[in-house]
Amino acid sequence: MGELEQLRRLGAGLVTAAPPLAADLPRRPWTFIQRWLAALGISGRALVIAAPALWLTIFFLIPLAIVFQVSLSQSAIRIPPYDPLITSDEGTVQMTLHLSNFIRLFEDPLYINAYLNSLKIAAISTIFALLIGYPMAYFIARSSDRWRNILLMLVILPFWSSFLLRVYAWIGMLKNEGIINNVLQGLGLIGAPIQFLQTDFAVYIGIVYTYLPFMILPLYTNLVKLDDSLLEASADLGSRPWQTFISVTLPLSIPGIVAGSMLVFIPAIGEYVIPSLLGGSGFLMIGRVLFDEFFSNRDWPMASALAFAMLIVVVVPIMFLQNAQNAVVSRK
Amino acid sequence: MAKKPIAADTRPWRDPAARPFVRIRHVTKKFGDISAVHDVSLDIYQGELFCLLGGSGSGKSTLLRMLAGFEEPTAGTIEIDGQDMAGVPPYHRPVNMMFQSYALFPHMTVEQNVGYGLKRENMPPRQIAERVAELLKLVKLEGYGQRKPNQLSGGQRQRVALARALAKQPKLLLLDEPLGALDKKLREETQFELVKIQETLGVTFVVVTHDQEEAMSLATRIGVMNLGEIAMIGEPTEIYEFPNSRFVANFIGSANMFEGVVVEDEPDHVRIRSADLGTDIYVGHGVDCAPDQILWWAIRPEKIMLTRERPAAADPGDANVIKGFVEDIAYLGDMTVYQVKLDNGKYMRVTKTNSRRGDPDAISWDETVWASWSNSAGSVLVS
Repeated sequence: MGELEQLRRLGAGLVTAAPPLAADLPRRPWTFIQRWLAALGISGRALVIAAPALWLTIFFLIPLAIVFQVSLSQSAIRIPPYDPLITSDEGTVQMTLHLSNFIRLFEDPLYINAYLNSLKIAAISTIFALLIGYPMAYFIARSSDRWRNILLMLVILPFWSSFLLRVYAWIGMLKNEGIINNVLQGLGLIGAPIQFLQTDFAVYIGIVYTYLPFMILPLYTNLVKLDDSLLEASADLGSRPWQTFISVTLPLSIPGIVAGSMLVFIPAIGEYVIPSLLGGSGFLMIGRVLFDEFFSNRDWPMASALAFAMLIVVVVPIMFLQNAQNAVVSRK
Repeated sequence: MAKKPIAADTRPWRDPAARPFVRIRHVTKKFGDISAVHDVSLDIYQGELFCLLGGSGSGKSTLLRMLAGFEEPTAGTIEIDGQDMAGVPPYHRPVNMMFQSYALFPHMTVEQNVGYGLKRENMPPRQIAERVAELLKLVKLEGYGQRKPNQLSGGQRQRVALARALAKQPKLLLLDEPLGALDKKLREETQFELVKIQETLGVTFVVVTHDQEEAMSLATRIGVMNLGEIAMIGEPTEIYEFPNSRFVANFIGSANMFEGVVVEDEPDHVRIRSADLGTDIYVGHGVDCAPDQILWWAIRPEKIMLTRERPAAADPGDANVIKGFVEDIAYLGDMTVYQVKLDNGKYMRVTKTNSRRGDPDAISWDETVWASWSNSAGSVLVS
């Protein structure tokens, strides 16, 4: 009925070529909101962009600014444990910027070593996650539809249990009287238990295990899109399966490799829980140093400076990888 | 545009002593319980342009994929150039394929795509460059060597795919719907080029297509496939003029089909009584059939003449003439299609070439007409 009316009016409009009246527009609540906003010069598109921008500002940029501000102040015994950046005294406003924290970062080998060690651990873990994750993702992408969903489910399944619980489970596996050592001893392969826990090896296992799904999933989404006819064309032109892999599959999966590596490398740099639980007491990673500065030394400015430096350490490789990925995508 | 038939006396498929280049023997391919290809035997000769024609699901693509080596036959043998192909992987076959989707490598330039197969043969880079340039010239894509596939139009991609498939000088080139993705105009031009390239290089082509026009204009011979089996193999004229079954007659072009019973079976003629048509059909040649056998008679629309007056009966017993009523006309420019309603309510489709410009005397709607045909115009079909 209403539609009919509208059609009729539309027809009349066509005949008389009269511009439709504003009152003829459907009366929906959001039409009024839209009109009201438009009067203020705000379009719906701007609102949609504003929502995440607002979120990022409140929960990311402002806290970041606070951390930066703290990193430029001086630690003190008070609550909060640092001197305010801006002080006012008898009508003069004074701002003191202490760069000492950042200078200390470069002077004290503890911090530099922690950074380098974090980078090394994250890089090696990423490589291992890639070496293990790629074949798994490839296999899942190539399996039949029915199996594919089951296998993907299995990859995601560990997320349903607590992360801490899973790391503790590894302690149970790796400790001297743990499952692995018991089995090896029971088989008579070793005489005395091998020290796994509190070694770099245990940390690598923990990190690779925890972040493997983040490697597999982006690789999977990339590999599953790979067109079978490209592989057939390659075989048809004389390539053995391994040659096809090197010259077709691998280059076409670079975006997936980059995405997966970023998702593993970035959190692995700042990883705190895994090295503290599985690594030795002398095991230096930046996340651990940061924790110690905050909670043991109560040196908030130093910890903030560390956090800020870490951000830079992480952001720079991301920018590189992003560039590389853009280059690959635009080349396609 | 059609490929000039190889001079009649050199058509190898007519020579029983000729050695086929591809020999397919009783090949069956099953996917689970379903046979995609069922007991197909087929010989293809050197230098042929053979078309496998069929609808979707007819098994034509599966047969092609078995030639390329992407599928292994469940039963039967495939020989290419005298060599049994059982267990030979695609990368060891003297065969290249042009894919329906072209399957160009998106991360490689046109040159890299075309040179891909040559690189695998460990050809020195300079020779590869020369050969690639030669091929790009052949397909008229000089100057496009540095482009990526996504910077090319559909027609250009098709030609890159062709150049890539020809690069290794295969003895047998398989083409899966080579012109399927092109628009009509481009398709007609490309058809012509494809035939020319095939003639210049002398490569044996096996083309899979669902487009009968494409098959008719390209092929030296056509294999019509239906439900995984070969329905008929023959030269385009044989397939069109002498179909061997109702399926082939209906699949290629259009045909008027009537059921009838043999009432006279002589060595020099056959008389078919057809209630379906409403008159006797007198066929001026012997047919391999039994008296009282039910069979079908098919006639192409262009082989029927329409007249206003009853033509003098040329064939004994008032056969091969029937009265009708023009119910509908479709004017197509080059010809006119008449939908003639017979007295028994059946329809007959008749086409007439418009050889006279704007003919004022043409047969028009609602006219009573006589349809007649010569005693050799139709095909008698027993299956």
